[in-house]
Amino acid sequence: MGLKLTKEEQEMLEGKQGKATRKAMEIITTLGEIYGAERLIPVSSVQIAGVSYHNLGEAGLEYLSEMAEDGRTRVLTTLNPAGMDLEEWKKHGISEDFAVNQQRVVDAFEKMGVVTTCTCTPYLIGNLPHYGEHIAWAESSAVCFSNSVIGALTNREGGPSALASALTGRTAEYGLHLQENRVAEVKYEVEAELTETDDFGLLGHVIGERTGKKIPYIAGVKHATTEQLKSFSASVATYGGVAIFHMEGLTPNRTTIPDEVETVTREDLNAARATLDDEKADIDFISVGCPHASIKEIATIAEMLEGKQVTDGKTVWITTAKPTKDLAVKMGFYDKIEKAGAFLVADACCAVAPLKGRFTGLMTDSAKACYYARGKNNFKTEIRTVEECIKEAVS
Amino acid sequence: MKGRKIFKGKATGEALVTGEDISFYGGCDPETGKIVEKGHQLEGKSVSGKILVFPTGKGSTVGSYVLYALKKADKAPLAIINKTTDPVVAVGCIISEIPTVDQIEIEEIKTGQKVEVDADKGVVSVVE
Repeated sequence: MGLKLTKEEQEMLEGKQGKATRKAMEIITTLGEIYGAERLIPVSSVQIAGVSYHNLGEAGLEYLSEMAEDGRTRVLTTLNPAGMDLEEWKKHGISEDFAVNQQRVVDAFEKMGVVTTCTCTPYLIGNLPHYGEHIAWAESSAVCFSNSVIGALTNREGGPSALASALTGRTAEYGLHLQENRVAEVKYEVEAELTETDDFGLLGHVIGERTGKKIPYIAGVKHATTEQLKSFSASVATYGGVAIFHMEGLTPNRTTIPDEVETVTREDLNAARATLDDEKADIDFISVGCPHASIKEIATIAEMLEGKQVTDGKTVWITTAKPTKDLAVKMGFYDKIEKAGAFLVADACCAVAPLKGRFTGLMTDSAKACYYARGKNNFKTEIRTVEECIKEAVS
Repeated sequence: MKGRKIFKGKATGEALVTGEDISFYGGCDPETGKIVEKGHQLEGKSVSGKILVFPTGKGSTVGSYVLYALKKADKAPLAIINKTTDPVVAVGCIISEIPTVDQIEIEEIKTGQKVEVDADKGVVSVVE
C-alpha cells in the first residue's frame, strides 16, 4: 500500500513550508513507513520530552535552535521537566553554567511557540485531551496515563518525533492510534489491598516486569485516586514496555478480557519493595512528586510539615508543575513547606536534574524515581509512603 | 543486497559489525564515538567513520540526540545498516543526515570489509 500524503503534507515534505517543517515531516513519514502506516492523521495536542540540558547536551540544544529558526507549533504543545526550577534554581544548588544552558533550551522551545510549563503531568495543568482524541506525546508516564486513564490515543514518542508532530500537526497512523492494537492481552487479578500511592507504584513494578510488552487488563483494584493512577502509570511504563493498560471499573477504553490470568498478591508487592530497598541506604535526599505532585498532594505534605523542621544534612524536594506551585503559594502551602526547610521545586524533578554526586541515598514514594536515582545518579533507594518520607525528613 | 531506505545518501567505507543491539544513549560516548556499554561486543571500539552494522537499536529515545552529537563532533558513522531500524536510530539518522538502510541480512557482512551503501536505492554491496 505505502504511505499516502495529502497535498498539504506533500508540500511540507518538499520544504514549501520551511526547513524545520520539512525535517519534521521527514521524521513523521519515515516512522510511518517503518511501521506500515497508510496515512497521516491530525493531532490536537503534543507533549515534548528531552528538555533537561543534562540529557540534551550542546548537540541537542543545537538541533532545537536549528528547528527554532523557522519552526512554529501548530497545536497545543507543552514540555517535560527541565533540569531545574526556572526561577528558584539558585537556592536548590544548581550551578550558574547549567542554569544559563537550561534557559537556552527553554528559550528555543518558546521561540517555536511551545507553552513552556515544564512538567511530566501536562494533564493536570491544562493540556488535557479527551477520550478518543489523537495526540502525540512523549514522556512514558504521561503517555500511559493519557492512553489508559483518559482514553486519548498516542504512541510512545521520543523528543524529536513529538516536536515533529508539534511543527506539522500530524502523526503517522500506526500502533496505538489503531483500535486493534489497544486490546488487553493478559489479565492480572490483584488480590492485595492497595491503600497508599507507593502501593500503586509497586503494583506497576510487578505488572510491568511480568507483562513486558503485553497489554495488561487489571482486575481487583476497587478504588484509585487520580494521583494513584498517575503513580501506577509511571511505574508500569518504567518497568515494562507498555504504553496502555486497562483497569476494570476505573479506565474507559473498551477491550475484550483476556483468557490468560495471573494473580498479584501482597507477597508480590512486598517482593517488589524489597528489590527497590537498598540495604544500608544512608538517606540524605527525600523527594516526592514523581510524576509531579498535584495540588492535593502538596496540601497534604504542607500539613505534615507545618511547624516541623527538616533535619540537618537532609534535603527535601517536593517537585511539581509551575502553575501548581503558584497555586500552592496562593494557598499558603509553599510557605509551610519552605519554612520547614523543604523545597517546593517547580519545572524539574529528581530524575532529570544534575544531582549526581550530591546525595547518597534517596527516599521517595515513587518506584519510577528509584529506577532513575539508581541508574543515572548511583543513589541507593528506599520506597515508602509519603507520610513515611516526610517523617524521615524531620526525624 | 537490497533493503529499504531509512535516510538518503551514499557512503563507502570499512564495516564495523556487531550481532548485538546498540543503545546510543548511555552506550556510546557522544564526544568520541566509542561504544562504552559494559560487556558489549564493540566495547572500546569507535563507530566514527565506519559503516556501522547492527541488528537494531535499543534504549532511551535520547539516543537520537547522541547520533546528532556525533555528527556535529565529526565522529558519526559514515552510514548505518540494520536488520530492522528502530525509531530511536531512525530519528537520529534523519536529524543527523546519516545514510541508513534496513532489512539487510547483516550476517553477510564482516568487520573490516569495504562496503558501499546507496541508501537512496536501499542497496548495500560488499566491495572487497
